[in-house]
Amino acid sequence: MNEAALYEYVLRMSDDSLILGQRLGEWCGHGPILEEDIAMTNIALDLVGQAISLYDFAVLLEGKDRDHDQLAYLRYENEYKNLLLVEQPNGDFAMTMLRQFFFDAFRLPLFEFLEKSPVEQLAAIAQKSLKETRYHLKHSSEWVIRLGDGTEESHRRAQAAVDHLWRYTHELFYENQHDVELQENGLVPKLSDVQASWMITVQEVLKEATLAIPTNNWKFEGGREGRHSEHMGYILSELQYMQRAYPNMEW
Amino acid sequence: MTRADQERIFNEKIAKEIKIEPNDWMPEEYRQTLIRQISQHAHSEVVGMLPEGNWITRAPNLRRKAVLLAKVQDEAGHGLYLYSATETLGADREKTIDDLHSGKAKYSSIFNYPALTWADIGAIGWLVDGAAIMNQVALCRTSYGPYARAMVKICKEESFHQRQGYESLMKLCKGTPQQKAMAQDALNRFWWPALMMFGPNDAESTHSDQSIAWKIKRFTNDELRQSFVDATVPQAEILGLVIPDENLKWNEERGHYDFSEINWDEFWQVVKGNGPCNKERLAARVKAKEDGLWVREAANAFAKKRSMKKSA
Ligand SMILES: [Fe+2]
Ligand SMILES: [Fe+2]
Ligand SMILES: [Fe+2]
Repeated sequence: MNEAALYEYVLRMSDDSLILGQRLGEWCGHGPILEEDIAMTNIALDLVGQAISLYDFAVLLEGKDRDHDQLAYLRYENEYKNLLLVEQPNGDFAMTMLRQFFFDAFRLPLFEFLEKSPVEQLAAIAQKSLKETRYHLKHSSEWVIRLGDGTEESHRRAQAAVDHLWRYTHELFYENQHDVELQENGLVPKLSDVQASWMITVQEVLKEATLAIPTNNWKFEGGREGRHSEHMGYILSELQYMQRAYPNMEW
Repeated sequence: MTRADQERIFNEKIAKEIKIEPNDWMPEEYRQTLIRQISQHAHSEVVGMLPEGNWITRAPNLRRKAVLLAKVQDEAGHGLYLYSATETLGADREKTIDDLHSGKAKYSSIFNYPALTWADIGAIGWLVDGAAIMNQVALCRTSYGPYARAMVKICKEESFHQRQGYESLMKLCKGTPQQKAMAQDALNRFWWPALMMFGPNDAESTHSDQSIAWKIKRFTNDELRQSFVDATVPQAEILGLVIPDENLKWNEERGHYDFSEINWDEFWQVVKGNGPCNKERLAARVKAKEDGLWVREAANAFAKKRSMKKSA
């Protein structure tokens, strides 16, 4: 079997969910309307829930008898394999919604493919997460359209967010030898298929939002290999604060 | 129908425990009292998200993070639900919120105390949600229909929060000495502010009598405070924590616990805006509103464009 490859694969997904959930949690109580406080907390909660299921599967694959909290809380920065995209700061509401949209548009087709994976646990998690991910994408798409086609100011802010975040979207489709191995064995989808679906969603939504896809194709990556942006250390210092300050205690 | 007839019908309903509904005639003062009370409650839910929201990113494990997210999400829902109830009385949500930001409207003073440690999150659930339930269970039978129904739904969730808070403190109390000390410290800081949540003594309470006559309130501040103390002392004993009051003791004759006088000086200082976090809490809400202005404008502009497209 491809335990090591699968472990890395699942870990990436867990880390993506966790770190994005962490970012959304920062909004709590500070949203532009109360309805959005509810929506963003709700999405953060879904993502943390996904992270728990995914880490639970990852610990099985790792076989080192760790639990999901040890994976989530007690690794070093370069052991986190999340996308640079999800660790980017919240910025304004447009930045948060665009970050969410680029991610959701990736996650939905990914889960749709994984639902059919012969890896049972992965298929089960994907199936369980599909409904909420559909809602996440609907929510973020609607906001991208509203902001893009709202006022002059909201359009300007939304376009600035697209322009800024575009450089991080390439990494959504990062692959290494492990991915090739898993794909060849038919355990996970080809990322080119996920990418095709992502591109269609992005083109459709940005068009309706009257937002332009950047022509600058400069690409950032590194998160998948554990090389993060400067933001990551701060995220982890909050995330890990309790576990590091009070080691070996149960909460 | 004459004014006297309307008033007679209203009073009959109150006497017969028939709920007053949005379209029923009601005395203007009854309406204003409700708007003041319900919007104050709504503001408390929303401001209350801040001290707990602060800890979401630092929650010590994934399960606690999920539970805290769910709780804070509930509180936002309560806020929304209660603002809707004020709208059934003809209040305007935005204006109500402006009154909060200008300092004209109040919210529960408890949220002007800081959440300093993880144990505070447990203590807030146990004591603050616990005190809120004491108040709100009584409000499930309040005379205004939409408010009473909102309270039924909200109370269910608050009692869930209370149990989760208690359970999380239990974990600390069964943990290391350091964890237990953290829990004791949280109780020390939150006990008195929790008792203050029931408001001034009955003798000092300005709105109480009329509210009780109208069956908006069912019990007085002191009655509710006593019920809370009676319910909470045994819970603290189970945790093995000491309530910070030397005079706390069971009074056989009264069938209640006796406890010390509240520091009313501190109470009024916090009400007047001099609590440890009043400025920060209000500033955070004002900033959220100002920063979100362009978002709300965009949503409105977009909705207008779309409805024009539809009708074109
Ligand atoms: Fe609440
Ligand atoms: Fe409440
Ligand atoms: Fe609550």
